[in-house]
Amino acid sequence: MSYTLKSAALVGAVAAAIAATGAHADEMAQEKCYGVSLAGENDCAAGPGTTCAGTSTVDYQGNAWTLVDAGTCTEIELPEMADGTARMGSLDALERDLPMDS
Amino acid sequence: MFDTTSPLPPLPGVGYKPQHYSAIHNDPAPVGWFEVHAENYMGDGGRPLAQLRALSDRFPISVHGVGLSIGGPDRLDAEHLARLKHLVGWLNPASFSEHLAWSTHDSAFLNDLLPLPYTPATLARVCDHVDEVQEALGRRMLLENPSSYLAFAESTLDETDFLNEVVRRTGCGLLLDVNNVFVSATNLGYSPQDYIARFPMAAVGEIHLAGHDEDHDDFGAPLLIDSHGREVADPVWALLDMVLDRAGPLPLLIEWDNDVPDWPVLAAEAARAAGALARLTA
Amino acid sequence: MASHAETGFRTALLRGDAPVPKGLTDGAGRPAGRRFNVYRNNVAVALREALEVGFPAVAKLIGPENFARAAGMFLRAHPPASPLMMHYGAGFPEFLERLEALRGIGYLGDVARMELALRQSYHAADAPALDATRLAGMDEAALMRARLVPAPALRLLRSDWPVLSIYRFTMEPGQPKPPARAEAVVITRPDFDPLPHLLPPGGAGFLAALIKGGTFGAAVETAGPDFDLSATLSLLLQQGAFSDLLTD
Repeated sequence: MSYTLKSAALVGAVAAAIAATGAHADEMAQEKCYGVSLAGENDCAAGPGTTCAGTSTVDYQGNAWTLVDAGTCTEIELPEMADGTARMGSLDALERDLPMDS
Repeated sequence: MFDTTSPLPPLPGVGYKPQHYSAIHNDPAPVGWFEVHAENYMGDGGRPLAQLRALSDRFPISVHGVGLSIGGPDRLDAEHLARLKHLVGWLNPASFSEHLAWSTHDSAFLNDLLPLPYTPATLARVCDHVDEVQEALGRRMLLENPSSYLAFAESTLDETDFLNEVVRRTGCGLLLDVNNVFVSATNLGYSPQDYIARFPMAAVGEIHLAGHDEDHDDFGAPLLIDSHGREVADPVWALLDMVLDRAGPLPLLIEWDNDVPDWPVLAAEAARAAGALARLTA
Repeated sequence: MASHAETGFRTALLRGDAPVPKGLTDGAGRPAGRRFNVYRNNVAVALREALEVGFPAVAKLIGPENFARAAGMFLRAHPPASPLMMHYGAGFPEFLERLEALRGIGYLGDVARMELALRQSYHAADAPALDATRLAGMDEAALMRARLVPAPALRLLRSDWPVLSIYRFTMEPGQPKPPARAEAVVITRPDFDPLPHLLPPGGAGFLAALIKGGTFGAAVETAGPDFDLSATLSLLLQQGAFSDLLTD
């Protein structure tokens, strides 16, 4: 890739970025997606459904158990990936670098 | 000992939930102030802090901590106290309050307000912790009475005597949770009216009101759960009248943390609180 | 300084099989019995629900019963280390990957990492996005030496699995079945909502180099032969991925 090509790509990218204006009228109020705002709220109430029944007295021990009532993962078929080995050639050496430090 | 620059007004307040931001923006009546849980505003930025800044431009704010573990045997978490100091510093809320309870032990935060025995030893510990918080924040704090599901056999002090002594030694104020009084009195078999009669009312800077659920213990005795998931119960409103008759008008907070309803339901609860205040001047 | 009853309280809270601690009563001298379960349930159920809300895609992928089991093990082994529940579950992706029962679902850890990254991005510090016109006037040599500073809310996730496609298939109705491919995802937060995007070819290497503090030129060289600079840079600049441009 020559500097000229990079330069052309850069000009286009910058132009596109400038064209995308960032006005968000109701951004303060409207949670748009994913419900991340609800994750990890602290409060001072007894948790939902708290009773004096022994609902938490099952002690979960041992990391092997038989999967029951599996969710939507049963609808996902990734046959060539099921053995857990690396795949997809050029991307198989990627290291994970998340979460990043900031 | 410490100045509170602008205390909470003697009006109904509501525990703030982000989903009510627009409704509050459009019509907050009859709510005159809001309370937030300190720990939810200790992130680095984003919408939570932006909303809190906007809310504090329009309303007095009460910061209510749930994570200091003031009643616990461990030293206070210096990092957490520093976070609290930062929040109270930039927000300058009308009030800061925490609980007579513990939540952290051996570095594990258990995400619940857990009970402590009431003894001379725990009294000294709680007073040390309250002193440390007030010194760090440079302001007077309010300490809230807990809801209890059991008692410690080793306790030698009544809860009201314990709180009275904390006030005397530290100069802190109190947050009187009237639902907690009703829940604890029912669960532990004492009279909520006697508790209110003995409570050091002159130190009270804020009232909490919330709904509770009903359950039973091993012996079939009623066991009330402090669920914050429904309307305030009628006997709790009756106790509130007794409190206000003794104490005069106070800031009244409606807490609703589980199954949070739409804004009009909270506004209706706040209107009922406004009615309890209006009764005093009628 | 803790009394026996206090220590016993703490120990039995997270152990469902432990007996109710001694020294606890109903207020009238009878043993507290199942009253103690109110606290025990509140701690365990509230932490489990915190994980369910924080990892909704994982919960849907493995179903509620399996999730409750994995979460119950996690919360007992790793109760929160801080009172900030917004940070709870940072170790959950690795924990899931070590569970024998879930080993067959190879992508589960990366889906959990993505959900964690969305939450981190949501709470990250605010920073005004870099004004893209600052790039326009630079000559090539200066540009190659410049460094783009990632916004605090930026997150990069490189997966051997189609992690974003799996996430969307799980969370958004009508999404197609995930294709068999590796995916690199960048999470941006142009205003207050974190948004995941698939990175164009070479984009992950380019962005990773910038995150590590490399120059623009070095990042381009790192990105590989199939790197689509224009598409990558358009996406990142439009999404406010950078907060500053450091020139010498």
